[in-house]
Amino acid sequence: MKPLRNLLDKLHPLFAEGGKLQKLYPLYEAIDTFTYTPGEVTDGAPHVRDAMDLKRVMITVVLALVPCFFMAMWNTGYQANSIMQVNGGSVEGWRGLLLELLGYGGNPNSLVDNLLLGAAWFVPIYLVTNIVGGLWEALFCIVRRHELNEGFLVTGSLFPLICPPTLPLWQVALGISFGVVIGKEIFGGTGKNFLNPALTGRAFLFFAYPAQISGDKVWTALDGVSRATPLSHAAEGGVQAVIGVTSWFDAFFGLIPGSMGETSTLACLFGAAVLILSGIGSWRIMSSGLVSVVAISLMFNLIGSSTNPMFELGPHWHLVLGGLTFGLVFMATDPVSGAMTEEGQWVYGFLIGTMCILIRVVNPAFPEGMMLAILFGNVFAPLIDQLVLKFHIKRRLRHVQG
Amino acid sequence: MLEHYLSLLIKSIFIENMALAFFLGMCTFLAVSRKVDTSFGLGVAVVVVQTITVPANNLIFQFLLKPGALSWLGVGDTDLTFIGLICYIGVIAAIVQVLEMVLDRYVPALYNSLGIFLPLITVNCAILGGSLFMVERDYTFAESVVFGFGSGTGWALAIVALAGIREKLKYADVPEGLRGLGITFMITGLMAMAFMAFSGIQL
Repeated sequence: MKPLRNLLDKLHPLFAEGGKLQKLYPLYEAIDTFTYTPGEVTDGAPHVRDAMDLKRVMITVVLALVPCFFMAMWNTGYQANSIMQVNGGSVEGWRGLLLELLGYGGNPNSLVDNLLLGAAWFVPIYLVTNIVGGLWEALFCIVRRHELNEGFLVTGSLFPLICPPTLPLWQVALGISFGVVIGKEIFGGTGKNFLNPALTGRAFLFFAYPAQISGDKVWTALDGVSRATPLSHAAEGGVQAVIGVTSWFDAFFGLIPGSMGETSTLACLFGAAVLILSGIGSWRIMSSGLVSVVAISLMFNLIGSSTNPMFELGPHWHLVLGGLTFGLVFMATDPVSGAMTEEGQWVYGFLIGTMCILIRVVNPAFPEGMMLAILFGNVFAPLIDQLVLKFHIKRRLRHVQG
Repeated sequence: MLEHYLSLLIKSIFIENMALAFFLGMCTFLAVSRKVDTSFGLGVAVVVVQTITVPANNLIFQFLLKPGALSWLGVGDTDLTFIGLICYIGVIAAIVQVLEMVLDRYVPALYNSLGIFLPLITVNCAILGGSLFMVERDYTFAESVVFGFGSGTGWALAIVALAGIREKLKYADVPEGLRGLGITFMITGLMAMAFMAFSGIQL
């Protein structure tokens, strides 16, 4: 590692104030602090030292996402391979050529074959997201003379995980551009936005190009194969229809079609454990979200409906289908766009869980509701915080006066 | 029957939100949303005015303007809908004036907190829009009360949420050209995207 340090030190004058490339300092700084601990420390009198800086927070979230990455690739491959085994067909285009070179066999029971095929779909989306999003991020940092920070690492990891595998790459680029620029950078960058940037990008794609991000044709990494997500089956025929296509444990482990990273509840639970133990994700938001999902779906079970089969879907199904757990663990707990006060987090989590079930059950236009539920929660999070603060001030005042 | 009114209420608050689904009342929506307290005051004023004017205009429409509405006077086939617009805005202006005076006289505390907003919302298009929707959808009197209250509440909810966001973004580093109205438009657009969650719900 020594040579790299020396190289960075040697290049430093070039980027420092007065150097030839001083405009590009944010890029230099990004590489430097990405590989080494930053050299600058606060030296004013009162300050608290904490190892938990922005960098470590963001990296921990990315680490918590690793099982989801793994499941995203494996399940994307598994879904396509198991269909190809039954229906025949092969991987077309450059993906097919590449896979052949790598010794891909097309066996849905082989870990390597599934991962290879999944990676052939997931990795391009991941790369496009990070290159395009990273370019925007760097551009804004250079113009603003900011440091490039790690906030984008999380957005760039979350966004590909909530895309369907067949999403065209130009749409990936467009979506992440919208998310990063309109969702975050115009407000001043990481920490200043009010909506989750990854979800903003996805919602933009969802409303602008519904054909490529919803419906039955997009969830399998094969051309023209129509396979509905279990949630749309549920919207059609209730619990019976879901049991017809998958078992609860399959859904729990993530062997169902859906957006790439969201299918496996197990992987999300691992992420939840990491986030809660490290204190990064708010356990209040997660648990109140969970409680509201259970409560509201049980309420709908009790009410019942003769025309809407979604009413009969129990909470145990809601939790393992679609992006509910993924959203609740990784997106709702976003410390920037979520509620910040402790009491506010209870309300905020409850609002998101309630909205998600409401959209799923009552709104026939969207079988999945988590994305819009979280955005809705984001819109009201600042207000919730305000009210909580106001309540606190009032209570304290009474103590002072009493 | 109760269920019908309940679904109308929910529809007018969330699904057909005046501010975020129809983008009505934008001028005050964007201008008076800097602080939660003020926008809450404005929101309450809108709810009150909307709940009074929509039913009032409903009566005017039912008994004066509608084709054949004057039959209770013995005059048969009249159709005065062409002066509808001017009637509704006149009624709104008059009611707001009267309301202002009544509040000033009897509830000075409320008048002081709402005072400045009341004249302001006389010309708010959400208020006129509420009356016009009522005519277009042919609401009964009871329905127009529910609709007036619901659409006002939806608008108030939206402006208070916007004010919360704007207070949070007070220290945001917005590019110079976008500061003020520009970024508020952007926020409104993004909020409307989140409110799309309700679009498509059939009640």
